[in-house]
Amino acid sequence: MSSNMIVGYIFITVGAIFDFFGCMGLVRLPNIYNRLQAATKCVTLGTIFILAGTAIVTADPAISIKAGLCAVFVLITSPTGAHALARGAYLSGVKLWEKSVVDKFKERAEEIKSQRGEAR
Amino acid sequence: MMFIYFIAGLLAASCFMCLYRIGHGPTAPDRSVAIDIFGTVVVGFVCLSAVVMRKDFYINLAIAWALVSFIGTLALSKHLEGRRFDE
Amino acid sequence: MRKITLMIFSFVIWFLLVWPFDPVTGKLGLQSVIAGVVVAILVGLLFGDKIARELPLSRVFSRIFWLLVYVPMVLWYVVIANLDVVYRVVHPDMPIHPGIVKVKTTLKNPAGRTMLANSITLTPGTLTVDIVDEYLYVHWINVQAEDVEGATKKIVSKFEGMLRRIFE
Repeated sequence: MSSNMIVGYIFITVGAIFDFFGCMGLVRLPNIYNRLQAATKCVTLGTIFILAGTAIVTADPAISIKAGLCAVFVLITSPTGAHALARGAYLSGVKLWEKSVVDKFKERAEEIKSQRGEAR
Repeated sequence: MMFIYFIAGLLAASCFMCLYRIGHGPTAPDRSVAIDIFGTVVVGFVCLSAVVMRKDFYINLAIAWALVSFIGTLALSKHLEGRRFDE
Repeated sequence: MRKITLMIFSFVIWFLLVWPFDPVTGKLGLQSVIAGVVVAILVGLLFGDKIARELPLSRVFSRIFWLLVYVPMVLWYVVIANLDVVYRVVHPDMPIHPGIVKVKTTLKNPAGRTMLANSITLTPGTLTVDIVDEYLYVHWINVQAEDVEGATKKIVSKFEGMLRRIFE
């Protein structure tokens, strides 16, 4: 077992642990926005760590380059998907958690809804 | 290689927690979030298979899965906003 | 010009994805390269006007330098964000004070704004919900400042300088 394999397996293990805590946040946290936040962050970083570990362990250019491309792709698309989902959830009528402190998005959401009502 | 089983067990536990949220989630957006996260966890799982089997087509599977999961997330969020897909 | 940009970009992606070297001998497989050139030219001709935008060719090297500084900084913030989230998830009382605040950005470029929104989503405790002109609506898991100026100072200011050097 060479040194690059040891480093790569450490990366993969750290990534899997981050994935696990992210999904634990998905189960434990009280409201959709908090869940989205915790899960998106942890699972994105965990998957990037696993991809980096794959690239290091195999040390084969055909696999490593594809793993790097896939990591870049996940890093770009995951936040985009997260804020599309957050916007969709708010506009579909899910309220913030009842202990939330401040909500500045309410008037904007009503503006969007009234514009859409006029368009129809 | 015992700890490969440990890593696979962690990822499987993550998948099952996502499945719990898909089945139990009180509202539709909760389920959509869980589906999105599930897709990303599966990308990690496929990469683990690539490490164990040493075949490079597993990485192609991972890339394709990440693409399809992203498109699916965007489609779900548009549906939640109440828009049609051609807007 | 846009078509040529998209052609080169798609050919590079094709080359990296296919990696047309023989695994045993290491020779370049010419068939895959020719197929890639044909497909890249087709994609560039068909979609060049719709997808690609003109490359900002002024100060290219300084832009690339600041991009190379920016990416490790964001990765460092991502790691901190994850430790923060893990702390909040495993703590038995779950110390969260969520809310949606409104922040203001001074960036003009759409690409710069998109990068700013993605960076905000990946950094500690914040998630961009919507962008309207120069205001961003941000869901914050631990609200420390409710007004626009305070939230802008806490969330946006650490990225804005670098992004302005890269995109404007």
